[in-house]
Amino acid sequence: MGTEKVDLEDEVLARIERQRKLRPRFREERVTMAHGAGGKATHTLVEGLFARAFANEALAELNDAARIEIAGARLALTTDGFVVKPLRFPGGSIGELAINGTVNDLAVSGAEPIAIAAAFIVEEGLDADVLRAETEAMAKAARAVGVSVVTGDTKVVERNKADGMYITTTGLGVRRSEFDLSGQSIRPGDVVLCSGFVGDHGMAIMLARGELDLDADITSDTAPVWEQAAALMETAGEDLRVMRDPTRGGVATVLNELALDADLGVILDEASVPVHPAVQGACEILGIDPMYVANEGKLLAVVGPERAADALVALQAAPGGEHACVVGAVAEEPQGMVLVRTGFGGTRIMDMLIGDPLPRIC
Amino acid sequence: MKYVDEYRDAELARTLGSEITALAEPGRHYKVMEVCGGHTHTIYKHGIEDHLPESVELVHGPGCPVCVIPMGRVDDGISIARQPNVIFTCFGDMMRVPGGNGSLLDVKAEGADVRFVYSPLDALKIARNNPDKEVVFFAIGFETTAPSTALTLMRAKAEKLRNFSVMCNHVTIVPPLMALLESPDLRLDAFIGPGHVSTVIGCRPYEFIPADYGQPVVVAGFEPLDLLQSIYMIMRQLAEGRNEVENQYGRVVPWEGNLRALDILQRVFELRPYFEWRGLGFISQSALKLSQEYADFDAELRWDIPGVRVADPKACQCGEVLKGVIKPWECKVFGTACTPETPIGTCMVSSEGACAAYYNFGRFARSKERAGA
Repeated sequence: MGTEKVDLEDEVLARIERQRKLRPRFREERVTMAHGAGGKATHTLVEGLFARAFANEALAELNDAARIEIAGARLALTTDGFVVKPLRFPGGSIGELAINGTVNDLAVSGAEPIAIAAAFIVEEGLDADVLRAETEAMAKAARAVGVSVVTGDTKVVERNKADGMYITTTGLGVRRSEFDLSGQSIRPGDVVLCSGFVGDHGMAIMLARGELDLDADITSDTAPVWEQAAALMETAGEDLRVMRDPTRGGVATVLNELALDADLGVILDEASVPVHPAVQGACEILGIDPMYVANEGKLLAVVGPERAADALVALQAAPGGEHACVVGAVAEEPQGMVLVRTGFGGTRIMDMLIGDPLPRIC
Repeated sequence: MKYVDEYRDAELARTLGSEITALAEPGRHYKVMEVCGGHTHTIYKHGIEDHLPESVELVHGPGCPVCVIPMGRVDDGISIARQPNVIFTCFGDMMRVPGGNGSLLDVKAEGADVRFVYSPLDALKIARNNPDKEVVFFAIGFETTAPSTALTLMRAKAEKLRNFSVMCNHVTIVPPLMALLESPDLRLDAFIGPGHVSTVIGCRPYEFIPADYGQPVVVAGFEPLDLLQSIYMIMRQLAEGRNEVENQYGRVVPWEGNLRALDILQRVFELRPYFEWRGLGFISQSALKLSQEYADFDAELRWDIPGVRVADPKACQCGEVLKGVIKPWECKVFGTACTPETPIGTCMVSSEGACAAYYNFGRFARSKERAGA
């Protein structure tokens, strides 16, 4: 191949890179379901509209929870809306999900959950027993992690306007890590840990909707990860670079965000990621990659190599972390991308989620 | 997973890889086209190319049924979806495909009742459950999915369902292959035949490829070892100077195809004189429409559709990319007018199309190439 051609190829690639690095703008005429899926479209919406409009230091980090400091107190603040359909599903329900989801956003930010505010948007005609059951589920989940629901709001909307009920929560936590956990702190040679089986929640919801003639014994993994996060912070100290909970968009999206934030490569060893056979089977039939499926009780952590082994042991000893394992590593290359080593002995690039295989999962 | 893991063994893959390498003539470059989008998916998902020597290149063919639908057909579908009282159904991956002015997903956001289904029978169920609505199924796919559409239509007819119709975009596999082979600038050495299509049509329809064009065809299954084995079979044919149709996917594909399915296709569909393919232009007798007997269920007759024809921009060179004449980055509109967010040709529409893959991961491929050099 002549030099001229080679140069042209580099030129084209450089142009694509420049375009890719431009801050996204939200130009769409209408919002589509993809904007809520946690993948590329969500990023465009959040970064192109919200982050531009509300521009401030805490928001700019676009973390699971914002880090704020008030009178020397190092706090974390997060908020989350829950619109899951159906309200109850194998392994959990909207109330439990609302508490655990909020707790987990705080936990992966290194913050111990202290207080939660909850807003209920309830549909006219909802069976009051459903509301009682969900309130009880929230109370129970909150007690389990020692967090209090300290304030709230109630709205009722007309029939058929809210699929039973929606819950919005805001969580306040106190940051226990003296170090700033951040995606930008990851370095080549760091180790990626995963706290257990992935893909359970998303698949449980999909099957619970009953739209597919598919039966499988899959239950949601909704659970708090605070104790796992605390164990990691204690054991790994400053070697704990960052923690994330792989909810919408799954493990694939979290790893892509890390790779992009740090402009480093993340190498994922596909065969080492724990996936229940039933989840694997359902994904296979539906043509979905479990790495993109949501989790509601898992965390991913990046730890420096020196303390990775200790961190893994600590994670395995924490409740819900029994199946934790090393799933990958950080490398210089490929910059800004996730490289998967497949079980078949090959490699592929794992992109961010495009579109939405499954709306309304949390 | 039982019955799946057996076909994904890394050790066997390495063995096959080195046998393929041993068959490659030094100094010769091999271009093998996998026709089917399902194969392309398997190749990416499992990283099959890492087991192949550099001299064996896989060219991703025109067999992604979603990507070949021209913009005008999408626009026609959208015009039906916008009609009041219509529930418009299609496969999930069709929803994101852009027409001349937006996708079905956009129309859904505007308020149209667009739903995705996993089977045309699900669309029929929706029609039964919503007797006061008109339910339209946007049918796509090669001979693989056409029989299930046909079966659905037969049921609809038997049940005398008045509120169900099909907008038929089913295409056939042989005409585009012939069109590719007819082009004088084609640079291919062999074909990996589509496994699923062949469960219906069998292996005989490909016999013209070795007979008239002197190229081997191996019909392959969809697990990674199936593909490696089929590449091995192709390399052996080339090494031994043979040109034949071989069937690697014998556990599923009968040589004569599925006669009952073919019979159903005959009854429900007839050939269109021509059909437009995204990026490839018009190809004669390359698509199906509903036969006279099923005309009552033909959405194109039931609705007054504009019959939009949105010309592929002249600068789009999907045809050349598919034929292996140029690389994606050599196309005039690549990365400027044509990007994954605003795709023009079929190679950019699917995330696994040659152009989309190069757009997203080309930088990585290039650095790997440099490291190897």
